[in-house]
Amino acid sequence: MKTEKQRLSKMALDNLSVGYHKKALIEDISFSLQPGEILTLIGPNGAGKSTILKSISKQLAAISGVVMIDGHDMQAMRSKDIARKMAVMLTNRTRPELMSCTELVSAGRYPYTGGFGLLTENDKRIVEQAIATVHAQSFADALVSEISDGQLQRILLARALCQEPEIIVLDEPTSYLDVKYKIELLEILRSMAKTKHITVVMSLHEIDLAEKVSDKIVCVKGDHIADYGAPHEIFTDEKISALYDLETGAFSALFGSVELAKPQGKARCFVIGGNGYGIPFYRVLQKEGIAFSAGILAENDVDYSVARALAQTVIAAAAFSVFGEEQIKAAKAQIDAVEVIVHAGCPVADINRANTLLLEYAQKSGKTILSNLEELTEMRL
Amino acid sequence: MKGVTMTLSRKNTIRTVLVFAAMAVLFVCAAVWNISIGSVKISFGQIFQILTHPDTVDMTAYNIIFKIRLPRLLLAAVLGGALSLSGFLLQTFFRNPIAGPFVLGISSGAKMFLAIVLIALSQRVSSVSVGVTVLTAFLGSMLSMLVVLAFAGKIKNMSVLLVVGIMISYICSAVTDFFINFANDSDIVNLTHWSHGSFSAASWQDVAVSAAIVLTTALAVFCLSKPISVYALGEGYAGSLGIRIKPLRIALILFSSVLSACVTAFAGPISFVGIAVPHIARTVLKTSKPILLIPACFFGGAVFCMLCDLAARTIFAPVELSISTVTAAIGAPIVIWLMMQRRVKHSEN
Repeated sequence: MKTEKQRLSKMALDNLSVGYHKKALIEDISFSLQPGEILTLIGPNGAGKSTILKSISKQLAAISGVVMIDGHDMQAMRSKDIARKMAVMLTNRTRPELMSCTELVSAGRYPYTGGFGLLTENDKRIVEQAIATVHAQSFADALVSEISDGQLQRILLARALCQEPEIIVLDEPTSYLDVKYKIELLEILRSMAKTKHITVVMSLHEIDLAEKVSDKIVCVKGDHIADYGAPHEIFTDEKISALYDLETGAFSALFGSVELAKPQGKARCFVIGGNGYGIPFYRVLQKEGIAFSAGILAENDVDYSVARALAQTVIAAAAFSVFGEEQIKAAKAQIDAVEVIVHAGCPVADINRANTLLLEYAQKSGKTILSNLEELTEMRL
Repeated sequence: MKGVTMTLSRKNTIRTVLVFAAMAVLFVCAAVWNISIGSVKISFGQIFQILTHPDTVDMTAYNIIFKIRLPRLLLAAVLGGALSLSGFLLQTFFRNPIAGPFVLGISSGAKMFLAIVLIALSQRVSSVSVGVTVLTAFLGSMLSMLVVLAFAGKIKNMSVLLVVGIMISYICSAVTDFFINFANDSDIVNLTHWSHGSFSAASWQDVAVSAAIVLTTALAVFCLSKPISVYALGEGYAGSLGIRIKPLRIALILFSSVLSACVTAFAGPISFVGIAVPHIARTVLKTSKPILLIPACFFGGAVFCMLCDLAARTIFAPVELSISTVTAAIGAPIVIWLMMQRRVKHSEN
């Protein structure tokens, strides 16, 4: 049964089940993509992202269900016709001997060349363009066996580009790339999607980048699709933490970043922070493995989202409201319980005036007060 | 930038032309030497005279050339090309330059099968036709290929597969020798000689049949240049470019078997040519393009075997060495060097 939407879409998966040796690993995968949309599969290692991509690109027979391209069942299409519509970039990194980068890129012209694979002037121009797009001119003549992993990754992308596909399937395209080329690769994909209406299906490990580049996200977890939707629907603290089995708070939807594990035990130090001043101290304490509590922070403070991931206890006040008696009382209780207080140096104004009171309270109670990172590291709490 | 790529591709073109020209020159030289040198020396002038005015020369030289040396050198050329191409196909299949019909035990398997069948038949019929010999060798080749593939399915490490191949080779040779011990006296002379590999006793019929089979197969292989070029990228990429992998893999194995079977049927097992020549071809052409490598392997193999046969005949004349003695002396060091190189690369990674 084809729905109207599937008939119009560039690519549609209908109840696809994928797996090896006739045993389904992931069942009931359904989604559809319009021309120029970018879909990213995210999920933990071994969740089956590659298996899905292999089934989409017909390297692996589907257990059941169909993959449709332009409304045609892919299983019924000739592999030659598929090759003109879909290009792939795999994690398999065979490096053929004595093959230059240009030759490897030229392999992308295969579906268009004649019986002996000779390149026309037009083919050569397209190859040159693809190499220029990934900024690989400087090593285009080098042998594939001599370049770095990151360079090879860019050459493999150029190869896929010069296949002039309508759909491009990429399995972890950003691996081996440094941050500059990661961004560049995703920008190339984005601009291809935008200007040439190429549909992109890929898997990414960098969830922060996935959020920024994708139109649709599929969360793959073990034997099922945990979630499917637009990035803003998927990238919430709860959904991402559940997908990767993270502790609550370890993933920050606000920053799209993750924090390392929170130090365990009873808090031995209280950090008075705010406005980003607290974060460097939280990080040092986390690295030293010292449990701590933090406060008083507004819930819309940048420190708050990090403190929530790393501190045992966070004394917090609602966004944009003056810190009140309730928070001060809770904070004093925390101060009483520890020997060391960190004064991170956040300027004080109307809303957070209470933090000055806390500092005075700590001084009066004879606590050790530290205000720079070196002192904190030397303290060896 | 454009200027640089232009000169690079022009440099490659010049290299290709030079290599093929050198091969043509060597081919002619090897042919002339093979005709001229031997127990009876025939000068270049005589050869020229025989070719232009055959009726004016003495019959001995004429017979030596047309009944012995010419068919022998042509057989060496055709089968040398076949061996080299057979090796190239196996290297493509395994994506490893250290694969060949001899080291994988395919030649020896075919030899054993052929020896057993020939001995069994010789008890019943007086002579065995060329067709039966070739067909039997092909069956033997396919059988041993299947054994190797069964091992290859389990053993992913090429070095281990080579050790297995060499062991298979020894077992098959032992079995062959065992059967030869029980053969009739009259068969033994031929079989012993053949089982060590030789181009001697080449007849025009041998040349015609082997040339027909080998040249047809070589042409078919050449037509596969395009899919082979992409197969090197791995099956995932090849498949995504529209190649049907399974038929291609079957074609590689089938053609390789036909070629090595032809060699086994007419000359017995010949070692290392299948690895040495494709390796030299890759090194001098500095390319992995099958459209260049396939003809280079074929002609290179032809020249290589003609020269090796010349050496086998003449170095210790009148004693004639088996052709494998010569090819092994040149080929085995190349294989060792290749394995060392790959070791070094692996440990670097």
